[in-house]
Amino acid sequence: MTARLTARDLTLRYGDRVVSTRLSLDVPDGAFTAVVGPNACGKSTLLRAFVRLLRPTGGAALFDGRAVGEYPGKELARALGFLPQEPVAPEDVRVRQLVARGRFPHQSLLSTWSVADEEAVAEAMDAAGVTDLADRPVHELSGGQRQRVWVALVLAQRTPYLLLDEPTSFLDITHQYQLLELLSRLRDQGRTVIAVLHDINQACRYADHLVALRDGRVVAEGPPSRVVDAALVDKVFDLPCVVVPDPVTGAPMVVPSF
Amino acid sequence: MTALVLRRGPVSFRVERRTLVFTAAAVLVILGLGLLGLCYGAVWASPAKVFAALSGSSGGSGVVIRDWRLPRVLSGVVFGAALGVAGAIFQGITRNPLGSPDVIGLDSGAYTGALIALTVLSGTSAQLTTGSVAGGVVTATAVYLLARKGGLSGLRLVVIGIAVNAMLTAVNSWIVLRAELEVAIAAGSWSAGSLNGVGWDDLAIPFAVLAMLLVLLALRSQATHQSGLGGEVAVTTGVGLERLRLHLVLIGVGCTATVTAVAGPIAFVALAAPQIGRRLAGAPGVPLLPAALTGAALLQGGDLLAQALLAPVALPVGVVSTAIGGCYLIWLLTKEVRRT
Amino acid sequence: MTAVQAAPARPRSGARGGWLLLALAVLAAVAVLSLAVGAHAIAPAGVLRALLEPTGSSDDLVVRDIRAPRALLAVGAGAALGVAGVLVQVLSRNPLAEPGILGVSTGAGFAITIGSALGATTAAAGQLVLAVVGSVLAMALVYAVGRRSPLRLVLAGVALSSVLTGVSLGLRLLLPDVFDEYRFWVVGSLAGREQAPTLLPLLAIAAALLGALLLGRQLNAVALGEAVAHTLGVNVAGVRTGALVLITVLAGAATAVAGPILFVGLIVPHLARRVAGGSVPWLVAFAAVLGPVLLLVSDTVARVLLPVGEVPVAVVTAFLGGPVLIWAVRRYGAAPL
Repeated sequence: MTARLTARDLTLRYGDRVVSTRLSLDVPDGAFTAVVGPNACGKSTLLRAFVRLLRPTGGAALFDGRAVGEYPGKELARALGFLPQEPVAPEDVRVRQLVARGRFPHQSLLSTWSVADEEAVAEAMDAAGVTDLADRPVHELSGGQRQRVWVALVLAQRTPYLLLDEPTSFLDITHQYQLLELLSRLRDQGRTVIAVLHDINQACRYADHLVALRDGRVVAEGPPSRVVDAALVDKVFDLPCVVVPDPVTGAPMVVPSF
Repeated sequence: MTALVLRRGPVSFRVERRTLVFTAAAVLVILGLGLLGLCYGAVWASPAKVFAALSGSSGGSGVVIRDWRLPRVLSGVVFGAALGVAGAIFQGITRNPLGSPDVIGLDSGAYTGALIALTVLSGTSAQLTTGSVAGGVVTATAVYLLARKGGLSGLRLVVIGIAVNAMLTAVNSWIVLRAELEVAIAAGSWSAGSLNGVGWDDLAIPFAVLAMLLVLLALRSQATHQSGLGGEVAVTTGVGLERLRLHLVLIGVGCTATVTAVAGPIAFVALAAPQIGRRLAGAPGVPLLPAALTGAALLQGGDLLAQALLAPVALPVGVVSTAIGGCYLIWLLTKEVRRT
Repeated sequence: MTAVQAAPARPRSGARGGWLLLALAVLAAVAVLSLAVGAHAIAPAGVLRALLEPTGSSDDLVVRDIRAPRALLAVGAGAALGVAGVLVQVLSRNPLAEPGILGVSTGAGFAITIGSALGATTAAAGQLVLAVVGSVLAMALVYAVGRRSPLRLVLAGVALSSVLTGVSLGLRLLLPDVFDEYRFWVVGSLAGREQAPTLLPLLAIAAALLGALLLGRQLNAVALGEAVAHTLGVNVAGVRTGALVLITVLAGAATAVAGPILFVGLIVPHLARRVAGGSVPWLVAFAAVLGPVLLLVSDTVARVLLPVGEVPVAVVTAFLGGPVLIWAVRRYGAAPL
């Protein structure tokens, strides 16, 4: 199992607060990796270190063995696509225009709207289910619709690696599962997906590889069926529970047992 | 929403229809104002005479048009565009529609330099120019360095700019207070900004500098628009944000300092033009081209009004541009309130 | 992801009360100091004697007729500007706001320019009345345009200020006498104002300070956001209007009395917030004490800085406040601001 995206002894801080210490991790290629853990355990921070939004104070985040900070911006952006937690759109932008911004890493001064750009945007909007919203101003949309627009932006980037920070935020239950199904399909097409998910059952159902974090350290990692049991859930979330097989997929399903 | 798409080999462009319409209209307005500026003067010249003069006819009116009015009209266009663009840069970096080069203390610093030239030195034109450029650049550098602790933060820049601005404004008012009345009025005049008496000699270097800065900006315009998506998405789509911001600040400061050196601080164009331009063009973020075009039109129109309003007394253009820009902004705000 | 801010906890009242008393003590000390210091230094004991048991000596005259009125002005203007600053920042939800951005000083300056051109400023109270009228009209216009949102309020204020400044400058460049008068007024100063009729503005300031204290609780709710304020039963529009009226009176009176003084309205709310937390009534109380302290200290420095003559107090506050602001934002970052 190859892993082009790895972390080695990663130490991350926000100001004086240490978020993770000497964290090492391999993100398996061509698989759907889910990162779970309680609030403030370093899940988002880990992803942000991978896409150079946070500089590590120790260790390194590596892509193809090279520190991510050493890559030219656009080159890395053609490989790694990132969906942040609370993205901000400029005023007055329309959906189509916003999604088109995802093509920036592929564009240059002379090539600002190639055929590939046009196709990528159309395909991305279709996959995210926002084609019928194309001409609407983004700030008029609901939270869920807006989230799907941002997903389309990242999809338009057409990167082999997708890093998503809580992508199911604001989405109603149908759209949550539609998005997870979409991510599965992308994994089937050969892309690598790593997503921070706050719902452990969704993580168990969709992930090939689960990484459980607590206090900035990896508590467990591996296929959900092997790794997720009541002991782990208690250790990571302080939640007493029973773990049973999901009646539809057979994946582990966590049921709280207060 | 239709758009125009042009492709030829590896080259491809896309322009929104509304942007195209706006650009065409703005260019027409600028050309129209330019023609008006060439016709207007102590002696009105008909458009026919203007075209004759431009194509090289000799004769009294030809000289007046080519040597006096043409540089003035061109400086209105180029300086207005430079100020508009500088304003768009600072509003983008500080993510604040109130951002303007004055935020970083340029105008008040330039005024301090000019005041020193007028009160301490003998106030020659060269000293005035050097003083204002030095004052503006030193101030902007100081603000930038003070704000740069651990990366450039837009908000920190604004706050430190406010502080420095306030201190310099206080100093300036005090110097004006203690100076002799004639000197004080001369300084006040300079501080209002004026295109009076601008000739070809004054414009050679500034135009060259501005042309270079604007070309550099055009090369970075894509990345600049992408950075309007916010720091996070900009970085993750490949924008080198720190270096881009440094370049943009340098270009913005350079544009403002150059204009100020020739014409004095012309207020409000940098603040109003990007906001007006963005609303008229219907474009997201703070786009550069609408800001440039609106700035050019605003300054040209302001200069014409400044000459015509109280003829034969020519008002400083800064006074007029401020008044027009401010009123228009107020009107736009009331229009928006009624619409929402 | 953003937590709703809870109203400040009650148990801190005791600690804050203690700090307030300390601040008042500092104010008293600074006031006595300002009465003692000057071209002719008078010992603090002499100051107290002059205030409590005047005997008509020349020292007593200096203290009672010259320095005390000036100190009173400083206290009044300082409190007014500080509290106006608190209200403006709460109302516009912008920690960088100060009363000036709503057009107070530019409105006053514009009215004085026009009045001076028409010859109306020769009367003793001429400048005062014009300044008040100008500020009130300017702020009313700004409010009318920018009522809908904090951002629009600030934008409208900047737009109007710019227009007024520009037109005023144009007028002044055409009329040298007006230019001359304006350049003395525009640099805020407490010098030479002892003879002007300042009783009415000071009374207005006192009344408005009381009003601000009373309105404080409801402003707490408004600061939490409109939706929350409505559910707490607060008449948001009414409270906003009330706050704006108070700001107009406070800032307008202070500017009319002393001319434009920057920074007091910007810095004092932040200093107050360090001790008072977020509760508006406490912020108002602290601002009403810290504002005078800042202005009294500045005025005292203004009087003694130069070997001969005075520096206008606005210059001193700018150079006291500016570096403090820069240091604070570098040390603490812009976030807590």
